[in-house]
Amino acid sequence: MALKALDIFKLLPKTNCKKCGTPTCLAFAMKLAQKQAKLDDCPDVSAEAKALLAGAAAPPIRLVTVGTGDRKLEIGNETVMFRHDESFYHQAGIGVIVPDTLTGQELTERLAQVKALAFVRVGTRIGAGLVAVENASGRADTFVTAVQAARKVGLPLVLMAADAAVVKAALAAGCAAERPLIYAASEGNWEGMAQLAKEHNCPLAVTGADLDAVAALARKVRQAGAEELILDLGVGSLARNLEALTAARRLALKRKADGVGYPSMVCCRDADPAQNLIACCSYAAKYAGIVLTPLRAPEQILPMLTIGQNIYADPRKPIQVEAKVYSVGAVTPQSPLLVTTNFSLTYYTVESEVEASRVPAYIGVLDTEGTSVLTAFASDKLTAEKVVTLLRSEAVTKAVSHQKVIIPGYIAAMSGELLEASGWEIMVGPREASGIPKYLKTVWQGA
Amino acid sequence: MTLMETAKEKWSGAVGTVVLGADAAAGGTRKSVVTLGGASTLPFLKFDGQTPHRPAVAMEVWDSAPEDWPAPLATALGDLVKSPVEWARTCVEKFGADLICLRLTSTHPDLANTSPQKAAETVKAVLKAISVPLIVWGCDQPDKDNQVLPVCSQAAAGERCLFGTVTEDNYKTLAVSCLADGHCLIGLSPIDINIAKQVNVLVTEMGFPLDRLVMYQTTGALGYGLEYTYSIQERGRLAALGGDRLMAVPVICMVGQEAWRTREARATEEELPGWGSEKERGLNWEIATAAALLQAGSDILVLRHPAAVAAIKTSIGQLMS
Ligand code: SF4
Repeated sequence: MALKALDIFKLLPKTNCKKCGTPTCLAFAMKLAQKQAKLDDCPDVSAEAKALLAGAAAPPIRLVTVGTGDRKLEIGNETVMFRHDESFYHQAGIGVIVPDTLTGQELTERLAQVKALAFVRVGTRIGAGLVAVENASGRADTFVTAVQAARKVGLPLVLMAADAAVVKAALAAGCAAERPLIYAASEGNWEGMAQLAKEHNCPLAVTGADLDAVAALARKVRQAGAEELILDLGVGSLARNLEALTAARRLALKRKADGVGYPSMVCCRDADPAQNLIACCSYAAKYAGIVLTPLRAPEQILPMLTIGQNIYADPRKPIQVEAKVYSVGAVTPQSPLLVTTNFSLTYYTVESEVEASRVPAYIGVLDTEGTSVLTAFASDKLTAEKVVTLLRSEAVTKAVSHQKVIIPGYIAAMSGELLEASGWEIMVGPREASGIPKYLKTVWQGA
Repeated sequence: MTLMETAKEKWSGAVGTVVLGADAAAGGTRKSVVTLGGASTLPFLKFDGQTPHRPAVAMEVWDSAPEDWPAPLATALGDLVKSPVEWARTCVEKFGADLICLRLTSTHPDLANTSPQKAAETVKAVLKAISVPLIVWGCDQPDKDNQVLPVCSQAAAGERCLFGTVTEDNYKTLAVSCLADGHCLIGLSPIDINIAKQVNVLVTEMGFPLDRLVMYQTTGALGYGLEYTYSIQERGRLAALGGDRLMAVPVICMVGQEAWRTREARATEEELPGWGSEKERGLNWEIATAAALLQAGSDILVLRHPAAVAAIKTSIGQLMS
């Protein structure tokens, strides 16, 4: 909750002693409101004011961190129900469940598979976010062995065990400092689990038969001193879980209900791979901070990660690609050159069509401030001048040896002016990107 | 009060209901009809409201064999694609499609430029081969669609098909035909909620009933603009629940068409090393795109791969339970 500077000022000592490094208490309050200072910088603030400010400043959904270092997973701190209201911030970490019944070579191979789940899509690195070792054996020693092996994957860990003693053994073996997620506190074991989470400062998942039970247990566990909690909302079927995920988000943001102000997770157990995939994708779209699954093939994990990438893209930014000359396929100086805008959806649509055509080509991208061809043309952001500048640029003259350019069908009206200004042969391409494969295969007859 | 009860929202509206297909009682020959819409909640939230009708799964059938569908998809359909009648029949009888989306791609002037009469014959033949409702989709070339679709509309009169598409700039011809022949219409808009509404306004101003309209707000595949479609659909559903009747129109998504265009569906394992089995990648892309759009409030998903249809239908069953 963003507090206004004046509200904060009222709670400060108002002595203007400058110990906080700011000339006045009011200036300090303004910095606090903008999150440019920490309350601790004022040594004289009263305990009561501290509590008030901390309470008011606490986000409705707590930020929880699993793991440490570069690969740590941060979830929570979300502020809206719908991405179009603002943005979603911390996309779901997808974790692969590895049973501790795997040993030796099998375990090594399985972990290598998890480690290999890393991709670069749309210029961004995405990959499996967690490795979850499950105590399927029921034994502590096998669990510890598997956890020790899983630590080498370099991803944040989830310790999945029903028995606090088993979790304790794994923590004691060395992974405690890596802040694994303890999964999970239940009605039967919560005291032991909360104790471990508190002692080792580890995040803790909280389970229950339904949302009320999960929230009630979260309150108990919090009172026992565990702070970073994750609500396990895998309370039943796909439909029930999605209901619980939405309800928890709504209760935290709009009703300020107690015990639900935490990120949530689901452990997806469907034995049918397609149903498991559908469920994971649905949870990733609908508010889950962590999704655990036994699926591990790249073609299964990639769609889940891409959902996160899409749904958590900031809708306030017209997403842009860099304005430059891209090449698709094994291009030569004779390859065709197409021109489009830097609105990422436009660009990637063109790119995927060029790709689909299997005709290697260059795509010259113009900076139209992230607008589509039609919008850019209508608002003078896609002008003949810009196209000519591109054609004359070193990037283009280095890339192609011919002087033919394919322009989007929507800007056909620009052809005459372009021809005159550039001397290039202006080829009018299709209006819609979907026409590109056919165009490149039939109309484009070579340079 | 339980937390689920506390979480309930008070919505004032609901998505409108559209019936596709006409059975004997309604003057047609369909053995089953499909009812869309009616939801008074965000997708599938029982605690929040009613979802009286499950989203429908349609399968795409082309009037001429598609040439560049990726191998895993082409293999799954085999020789079926050579005959729209067999293709459609198999989709219904074997693959479980709730309805068929017949695409008259061959009518495009750049392709076979099939005549309106010939297209209408295909429509009739497909209608005869299947007992479920039919979507008839033109070639997306406005002038040609205006020649072809009215003839098809007349040929299918009384069957309450769903015809598409009309746009802001081109709606009158098809709307007049569909109004006269008792069909429903798909309004196309380019990922823009205001234009989507504008199409509904224009078409209803002609006297076309709102309960025979479906919106196609353009589909972005997973990884290729899915988020735009997702948000437009969420906003549309919220508008409907807020009582905006002109936005309370069911939504259709061209999932198969978009998913199978993507690089993830088309690239070989050599082209995308480490991205997994080529055979499964496209199928999973179609399934995942459909799964996400179901959560955003789609009423008809048009799919291509039989295995995607099976998986999504099973999931819809779970979501409705
Ligand atoms: S240290 Fe505290 S009391 Fe002193 S000026 Fe800063 S805010 Fe005011």
